This record gives sequence, structure tokens and C-alpha cells, in this order.
Amino acid sequence: MTDFRMPSLGADMEAGTLVEWLVRPGDRVKRGNVVAVVETQKGAIDIEIFNDGVVSELVVPVGGRVPVGTVLARLAGPVTEPAMAPPQAAPVTPPPIPAAPAAVAGRPHITPVARRLAGEHGIDLQRLTGTGPDNAITLADVQAAVSSVASGATPRRRAGFDPAAMRQAIAAAMTRSKREIPHYYLSQTIDVSNALARIERLNRERPPPERILPAALFLRAIALAVAKTPELNGFWEEGRFRPGDGVHIGWATALRGGGLLAPAIRDANHRSLEELMASMRDLVLRARGSGLRSSELSDPTITVTSLGDRGAETVFPIIYPPQVAMVGIGRIVTRPWVVNGAIEPRPVVTLTLAADHRASDGHRGGLLLVEIDRLLQEADTL
Amino acid sequence: MNAGEARTLIVDVLASIAPEADFDRLPGGAVLRDELDLDSMDFLNFITFLHQKSGIDIPEADYPKLSTLDGAVSYLTR
Amino acid sequence: MSAPASTTAAVRMTYREACKQAIRAAILADPRVFLMGEDVARYGGCYAVTKGLATELGEERIRDTPLSENGFVGAGIGAAIAGLRPIVEIMTVNFSLLALDQIVNSAATISHMSGGQFAVPLVIRMATGGGLQLAAQHSHSLEGLYAHIPGLRVLTPATVEDARHMLQPAIEDPNPVLIFEHVMLYNREGELDPSVTGVDIVSAKIRRPGRDVTLVAYGGMLFKTLEAAALLQVEGIEAEVIDLRVLRPLDMPTILGSVRRTRRVVIVDEGWRSGSLSAEIAARIAEEAFFELDAPIRRVCSREVPIPYAAHLEKAALPQAATIAATARTLVKGG
Repeated sequence: MTDFRMPSLGADMEAGTLVEWLVRPGDRVKRGNVVAVVETQKGAIDIEIFNDGVVSELVVPVGGRVPVGTVLARLAGPVTEPAMAPPQAAPVTPPPIPAAPAAVAGRPHITPVARRLAGEHGIDLQRLTGTGPDNAITLADVQAAVSSVASGATPRRRAGFDPAAMRQAIAAAMTRSKREIPHYYLSQTIDVSNALARIERLNRERPPPERILPAALFLRAIALAVAKTPELNGFWEEGRFRPGDGVHIGWATALRGGGLLAPAIRDANHRSLEELMASMRDLVLRARGSGLRSSELSDPTITVTSLGDRGAETVFPIIYPPQVAMVGIGRIVTRPWVVNGAIEPRPVVTLTLAADHRASDGHRGGLLLVEIDRLLQEADTL
Repeated sequence: MNAGEARTLIVDVLASIAPEADFDRLPGGAVLRDELDLDSMDFLNFITFLHQKSGIDIPEADYPKLSTLDGAVSYLTR
Repeated sequence: MSAPASTTAAVRMTYREACKQAIRAAILADPRVFLMGEDVARYGGCYAVTKGLATELGEERIRDTPLSENGFVGAGIGAAIAGLRPIVEIMTVNFSLLALDQIVNSAATISHMSGGQFAVPLVIRMATGGGLQLAAQHSHSLEGLYAHIPGLRVLTPATVEDARHMLQPAIEDPNPVLIFEHVMLYNREGELDPSVTGVDIVSAKIRRPGRDVTLVAYGGMLFKTLEAAALLQVEGIEAEVIDLRVLRPLDMPTILGSVRRTRRVVIVDEGWRSGSLSAEIAARIAEEAFFELDAPIRRVCSREVPIPYAAHLEKAALPQAATIAATARTLVKGG
């Protein structure tokens, strides 16, 4: 018997609402199968199961909002290693106690009088957002819900994506980042004429569905450089650095209507330019359509943000905890550049690195940016 | 493809990318990327969908000609 | 100087003067009443409350005692049982611990253990609290200890009016009554309304009405708490301030009534947090009004250290208006 628990899809996630079960008791599942849809602050996410087996019981009903770590379903059958376990963990170490503290911390605070009034009016407290101290649901929150029910308005939010909830999630993660992470920042302005020339050559012969954006080429250079700088790829957890189990790049994707997600492109350093471009396209479409999978949100080992060709020249990223680094790509601009002793107009882009000084030092960070620069000068080999 | 069909196609494609936009109020000469807040991936998808639905090849060098609604209509109907 | 009964104009005086007038009036009104304690007669009291009274009333009514709290409190108990109405002054609550046996084992229990044959109509006055840089020898707030003891009534007059009028009903009470006078109050001036001729020694009073949060305080903390309420008002938070006045028995209906209206409460106690009176009040609110609360119960107490001598350390150890306001703010404003 194995427990299938509410996964954490990021440091900022405390709880999720079960929107849909895609399996029934008796169904056979394999690790990686999408078995449920869970509504989080990041929208509705397809949740993958971590083990092979046969579903024996669905514990949490549709509509239930439960903290991270809560048992959602039970599986009978072959037990494999839990996918969440860090690959470095020696077999002798006892299995981690599954998220019990997080479950306690994730329980929403509801003041006694708010709970009583909600009971009297049949208000579903799980649907309310607390505005009191420590985000507690207070009397005023319940009174507002009571009056909106009385006036016929529906307090239920649209399933999938709630901009206010996502704002809260971003606020929590970024506040934690600025509070806990001693960031250092480096920047390198890079001549990208070779890179753009390669893109132009490639795209000239390709129909639109196969065309490449410059960001994909930059991402490839970044992924290869990150693979050579493992101190920047991983997590700062419980006072020490845990390296990532691959270069899984979170690609920061702005959502229409506000907010952003950074789903993972797994093993980005092993993907060709075309594969990276396809992954980016797919992720952006699904992120904006709220069709992401749970592993895509929990996997990133480093995040990359690109401001695009309508953005600012330089971005100073804020690291998404518990990751230890983030790379920013500014807008490509034409600037005077010294080439062989003469000034020429050249397309340049400013790459920035924000890194956690607990996990790495500026020297290593600088090597990453220099390596990206070097790779982009040899863009034809990428 | 006449101008009316082209306009319908373009608006349908844009609506799939920017579902919240009000296309009845979109000026024909407005720059789509600015007006609809399209990033480079959105614009590439716009070109891709137009190509797939119209069969017209749109080389990168021609992208500026499709920067407005009116420009895109005349490009598809030329 | 007492005002003529005909006028209704309020009289301004210090808390010290109000205490002195209360003692003088009680002694003049009843031949059984006398006051005794260390340095109360010739010296005039360590806080000068009885200055001049020995000359005015005679050394039989204002009596100096040896430096032996256990001895003269015991004498006071004997005098009370024998039919007199003694007022015993102890310099500070710290020194009252030398008389704990007499107060707790005798005064508080004799009526009970004698099946009501002997009453102990004794009043004990003492100074309490910090703020004068008198260090750990003289600055503690131990009234909460006495509020634990059945058989005692514990009063903490904070206003000039209570300082002037609580003594008489305390003398009339057939049981021992302890009166705690906070050292920071003696020089404080207030208005005494001549038309008020008495106060009760059973109820708490709402000193400032408000709708958003209840601040419970007593004695020297009352004015810091009112100051905190003024700070909060600037931010639009209306705090209700309750002056407990009587620490034993507690007037729970007034406290609970206020908490049921505001649904939030901060208890301010100059005593140490652990096992304090504030703990008792918090527990009773949780027991009796849990389902009315819209925020956790909070307390502002002294730091758990012997009160330091150095002015900045003493200030840091004692509850201050800004801390009280900040604590109340966390209950009212969302986070």
C-alpha cells in the first residue's frame, strides 16, 4: 500500500483544491500518469502520480481543499522508490517524514467567531481568502461572503486561474526570496550578431511552424553553461546546497491578465535547438491555457527570464526559492561596439545573473556569463 | 481569399492568442503587438496559424508587413 | 486641602495628595482607624504620602514600626481581630514578601478557619511597580501573586478619584484588603470631582470606549495604555480601554462584555508573563468568550528579568505605549 499525497508545486504552495479525479478505484496507474486535476494559486494543474500500482481508494473528494502532504489516494501493488526522494540520498538514510510540518502550517487560520458565523450561514470557508493577521479568515471576511451570497453574487472563483491568488503566491515567494536570499548580481553585455545571423539563416529556409526565436538559442547557450557551473543549479535547503538532478530550466512565462509561471524544460542541456524551441512553444501555450503538469512546476533547478523584444534592456532577477540562481535576458538593442579597433553598430543583449551568495560566489557566477558569451560567439555550433 | 474572409481569419487567430481583446474596437492601423501585448512567441504563433490556415508562406522578412490588422489583410489578399 | 461641599468645580491634585486625604478622612471619621508602618510618622512615608499627618493627627494614629514586616503585619491582624480598623503601610511590594506568612496564612484564612468567628478587617497599602530607577530591590509588580489568594481583596487605584475613595470601602470590608499604589502615579495630577463621595471596590471601568480592540490594564499601566489608544486613534483604530481597578475578585462581566463587542483583546500587565494575572484573564476569556474572538488573545507584559537599574534597560523591560499599540495593531490590521 502506498499513499499518494498532495504534491508541493513550489515553495509558495501550501494547499490545493481537488478539481477532478481522472482515475477510479481499481484503475492501474504507472508513475507519471496524470491522475487528478488540482487547482492551485498557479491555476489548474494536472497532477502526476509517483508510483506504479492499482488505485485502491480515493481519499479526498472532488472539491476538497487540503494542505500539501495530505493523502489524496491510496495505491495497492508494487512499491517503487518515491520520485521525490533526492537521487543523492544514500539507501541507509531513513525516508523523509512526508511533509507533516507543512501540512500543519498550511492549515488556514479561521478565527473562532468567523467559523461560528460561517457555520450559521452555511458559508464554505475553504472558498474564502483571509485578510486578517497571518492571513486569517476573520469575521469581516465571512460577513462579506454572507452579504455577497445574500445579494446573489457568487463568491466562487473561476476554476483554473485566479489572478488574485496568483498575486498572493508571487508575493509570498518573492518576499521570502528578498528576505532570505543574499542575492548577488552580475551582468554581461554580449554581441549577438553571430547568433542572430544563424537564426536568420535557419528561418529563411523554414516554414513558420519550424522557425526559431533568438530566445531559444540563448536558452541553449545558457543550458550548456549551467551544466558546467553546478553551484548555480539546484536548491538551498535547510542550510545547505543540494545540487539539481539535471539542468531543468524554469522558463518564466508571463500570463495574459497578470502573473507568471516558470514551468520546467527538463534536461535542457541535452536538447537540440529545435527541441528547445518546441518545448518553449508548448510550455507557453499550456501555461497560458492552464494545462501544466505537476512535475513541470516542481522540477526547475534554475530559472531563466527573457524580457523579449518589447521589454527593457536589463533585468535584475529575483531568485525563486529554494533555487539558487536566475538568469535574465534583456532586449536586443543595436549599440556602438568596438570590433577590431573600429566602432561598428552591433546587436547586443545584456545577460544578467542573480545568484544566492550562500551557494556560490561571484567568481563562479561570472564564469557562467562568460561561458554563455563564448558559446554565443560560436553560435553556429549550438 | 477576399478582404472580409481575411479579416475574419486574422481576428479568429488573434482571438485564440489574446482572448480578452475587443476586436470590434481595434483600429485597423494599430500596431498589433503593442495593442494586444503580443510577445515574440505570440507573434510567431500568429504567423504560424495564419500560414497553416491560409497556406500562404510568410517569410521572416515580411513580418513588418503584418504588423497591423489592415496590413495583414492586404498581405493575405494580395 | 479639601474643597467645600457646596462647590461642584473639579479640584486638581496629585495622586499622593488624594491618598493622604483618604487616610486623614478615614482616621477623622472613625476612632478605630489608625495607620502604621516603617517611617510613616516622623519621616512622612517613603513616598511622602503621610507627610505631616503624625503632627496633625498624633503619633497614636500614625505610628512608626520597627523594620519587621512580619511583625507589624501580624500586629495589624491582631488589632483588626480585636476590633480596630488598622491601615498597614508596607514600603514596597517587594518587602511585603517578608510578611507573606501573615498575609497568606493568617489574614486570608482566619475568617474561614474560625468558622466566621473572627473577621480580619485589615487594610494593607503598598507601593508597586517600576519606572523610578529603583532597581530589582523596589520595582517589581507582584500584586498578581496576591490576586491568587482566596480571602483577599486586591485593589489597584489608578486614578486620583480611586486613590481618594477606595480606602473607605476597603476599611469597611470585613476581610483583608490590599491596596497597590503604583510608584509612577504619586506625582500624577488628576481631577477630583467633589460631587463624587464614594466609589465601589468591585467593578472594572471602561476608561475609554472603542469598537476595534479591547485593551485591559490596571494601575500604572492604565496611562500607558490610554497613550497607546491615542496612538492607535491616529491610525483609525478605536481601542476600548478597561481599567481593572480590582484584581481580586476580577470583574469578568465587564471584560467579557467589551471583548464580545470588539472581538479582540490585548492584556497589559506590568507583572511577568509566566503565571501572571494576564494569563488568568486570557484563560478566562478563552474559556468564556472563545467563539466571540476574531483574533488571538495577546499580552504585553514586563520582560522576564529582575527590573534593571539603568534607565534605558528599565524602559526596555517595562511595557511601553508603543509596544502596546504595535501589539493591538497586529490584531486589527490584516497581514
